[in-house]
Amino acid sequence: MSAKRYQPGDHLTPLTKPPVTKIQLVKYSGASGDFNPIHTVEEFAKEAGLGGVIAHGMLTMGFVAQMLTDEIGEAGDLLSFGVRFVDMVRPGDIITCDGVVQEVKEEEGYQVVTCDVWAQKSPGDVRVVQGTATFRIPLA
Amino acid sequence: MELADFERLLGVWSKPVQNEVEKGAIRKFADAIGDPNPLYRDEERAAKSRFGRLVAPPTFSRTFDYGVIPGLEMPTEGLIHGEMAYTYHKPILAGDVLYASFALTDVKERAGKLGRMILLVFTYKVENEAGDLVQEAKSTVIYRPEGGRAQ
Repeated sequence: MSAKRYQPGDHLTPLTKPPVTKIQLVKYSGASGDFNPIHTVEEFAKEAGLGGVIAHGMLTMGFVAQMLTDEIGEAGDLLSFGVRFVDMVRPGDIITCDGVVQEVKEEEGYQVVTCDVWAQKSPGDVRVVQGTATFRIPLA
Repeated sequence: MELADFERLLGVWSKPVQNEVEKGAIRKFADAIGDPNPLYRDEERAAKSRFGRLVAPPTFSRTFDYGVIPGLEMPTEGLIHGEMAYTYHKPILAGDVLYASFALTDVKERAGKLGRMILLVFTYKVENEAGDLVQEAKSTVIYRPEGGRAQ
């Protein structure tokens, strides 16, 4: 398998997720062990001034991670991945993850790719998560 | 807890906790995200991959028990997750026995639009049985001591 050669400015393959659901927030709470009721209990979230339950930031980060691992494939490795949680995600939101390559280096038979990554509610809309990731893919 | 209480705990690591990476936990985590990657659930496929076993998704270490920092009392309300950053050294695979610990590594107070904020940076460390570093993470949590409405 010959790997794609990345260039600065290349877009990663975007990933659009199905709408976030309340059931999904319950599932993510259980799977992650984060039982903060702002993600699952409507009354609690309203009392906290959130207007209703909000998604775990880490769930949206998981969506961006999915885009990255799809991009990288089985032969590559994610080396680092960090995000800032910028805005809230709510049930019903459709999240699209995207990224742009910033830097490409060659190291010991790998191309090492650093990119800006983000998630937004619709293309052009405000970003809910913004960060960077570095991955490597074998050259040969 | 106030700024000075947090500052006293800077650099105090929790006692590492043993975490076994269970394949069911990986599948449930991937299902919750809605990530259909076969490496997270198809054992035959994973066995044929270079990993040899089911692989954990990049944010899976969120599920680990990192132990307790003596004296740290985290409030349960008024916390906002600000940032999360991972550095990956080795893949996490089903069946791995890993040791997880964490420490408060930075604390700052800021006056924000919504009142006083305490920024807490926690560093998380995951090591394998050989003592090799598998993964590190830094999590920034914003705490507003006066509470108030979340934005």
